[in-house]
This record gives sequence, C-alpha cells and structure tokens, in this order.
Amino acid sequence: MSRQSNRTTDSKKMNSELFTLTYGALVTQLCKDYENDEEVNKQLDKMGYNIGVRLIEDFLARSTIGRCQDFRETADIIAKVAFKMYMGITPSVTNWSPGGDEFSLILENNPLADFVELPDNHSSLIYSNLLCGVLRGALEMVQMAVDVKFAQDSLRGDNVTEIRMKFIKRIEENLPAGEE
Amino acid sequence: MADESLFEFLHMEIVSHIFNEQQSGKGEMDNKDRAACISLLEAMGFRVGQGLIERLTRDTPSFKDELDIMKFICKDFWTKVFRRQVDNLRTNHQGTYVLQDNKFALLTQFSAGKQYLDQAPKYLAFSCGVVRGALSNLGLESVVTAEVSVMPSCKFQVVIQKL
Repeated sequence: MSRQSNRTTDSKKMNSELFTLTYGALVTQLCKDYENDEEVNKQLDKMGYNIGVRLIEDFLARSTIGRCQDFRETADIIAKVAFKMYMGITPSVTNWSPGGDEFSLILENNPLADFVELPDNHSSLIYSNLLCGVLRGALEMVQMAVDVKFAQDSLRGDNVTEIRMKFIKRIEENLPAGEE
Repeated sequence: MADESLFEFLHMEIVSHIFNEQQSGKGEMDNKDRAACISLLEAMGFRVGQGLIERLTRDTPSFKDELDIMKFICKDFWTKVFRRQVDNLRTNHQGTYVLQDNKFALLTQFSAGKQYLDQAPKYLAFSCGVVRGALSNLGLESVVTAEVSVMPSCKFQVVIQKL
C-alpha cells in the first residue's frame, strides 16, 4: 500500500465532485441557518471573500504572474489562468464597457452547480455567489477594488452564467518606507 | 478537475462558519455546543459521502463482503477523495476497523507535531461524515471517529453497527 505514498507529482488536482458536493452541503446548511435568500447570498459572498484573500497568495506563488498593467490583462488572467487552475474551466471574456473598466465572464458550465436544481421557493438565491466573494477578495489583495456580481445564472433559467466585474478604483499602497 | 487548495479553503470556511454561528448569541462555548457543531459538520460530510460513493462505484463490480468494501474505501475511495491510499488498515474481524493515514490531506498544512492538536477534532468531523456516508450507501451502518496523536497522521476508527 505504501507504493504510491511518495507520489507527489500532480497531487494538486483532485476529484471535483468532492468540491461540488461539499459546496452543495454548505449552501444547504446556510439555507437552514438563515430565513431568507438574501442573507444566504450575503453569507456566501463573505465566505468567498475570506477564501479569496488567502487564495491569491496561493495563486501568485504558483502561477508566477506579476502585476497587471491594465484591467484587460487582469480579465485575461482571471479567465485563462485562475479559473483554469482552480476550477478547470476557461470562461470567455466579453461585453467590455467603452471605458474598459467593466467586463463579463461567461461560464458555459459552472462546476459549482453541477448537480444542482433550485427549488421554487429559492428564486432569489444566487447559488454560486461564493465566486463573487472570491474574486473580490483576491483582487483586493492586489490593490484593486472591484464590484463583482452575477448578471445571469443558468440555474435561474438564463441561457448562460454571467459574472459582471466592474473596476472601482486602485487601492493606494501604504508600504513602509524603504520597501519596494 | 478542481484544485485541492480551493477545497481546503472552502473546508476551513465551513468549519469556522459553523462554529461562529453556534457562538453568536452566547459568549462562551461549552462542550455541548462544541459537540453540536461537530455533529453538524459530520452530517454535512455524511451527505457528501453518500453522493460521492454513488458516483465512484458506478462501474465497480459488486462487493463480496464487508472486508471487500473496506478495502475499496482504503484504496479507491481514499485516493479519489484524499489523494492517497490509507497507509494501514487493521481490523478485529468483528466489525471494527482502524484506518491509518500518515499524512492526512486536511491536516498537512497545520503542523508536523503536537501544535494545535486541540483544534484537530473540528477539522476531522467533516471527513468522518464523508466516510460514514460512503459506507452507509454501501449498506453498512457505522460509527466513524478520528483520533490524532501527532499531526498530520490520523487514525479513523470505523465500527460497523450490526443490526
């Protein structure tokens, strides 16, 4: 049995069903804990934020990606590198606003919602709202204040799942003197 | 394919959410509250285990006996869920099994020794539930507990309930 115990290559990849089902169990639990869907959405976002602020470190360490020059580059990296690394999908980046400060991520299939069907009495639940928190938290750690929300959700009858991201402002760095 | 760090972070958030939820309202937590949190996490894991095993055993031939099921849990199931095989499986042949994992996935980031040992139970409850849920859908009702003496090594004790 110990034959495989030293195998470390590619060990970062895991069974995504475990993740999907665990997330489902969490949402179920939150729906029990809170009276209304709004409160659940808020809680998911908060938990996502907590994950995002930690996940960014993991991401930067593993991807060796430096600072982004503009929001377009940020969008590309989120879609092509980050989503690929953590969720195994590559959303498409579309619907740029003329000012280049707003774009949409279109998810063909959302791994979080793999085996999910929303019951009728949860029509305002944003099932995958954790993702918004993760994106917001992660970007905040690289000095970008961004507004993230679901514009469309296939779970709620839309054709695709769309996450809308809007750049708000660059967060000023307060580095101690002498540090780069 | 999802990434393991994402799952680890999610798991941490779940644990802290459950405990904060219980704690808000009252100041201090007593042992009863803690037990309630643990069983809540265990119940969440149970449901996840039930779902997982259905997906994993789709193409497996049916099992001969109880030991066969336990071997499946130690090899295939553990590899799929915790990315390594159980290092040691022991049994008294009367329905009690001890599964030892010397490098349990959810503990490796904590410490390599006795630090934070008192925190370990809350990070194992979910996994105990996962194992129990899996066994339950294979027709074995059981009680699963976990024991840690030095991180990141962990022993899961499975006691099959004879009906």
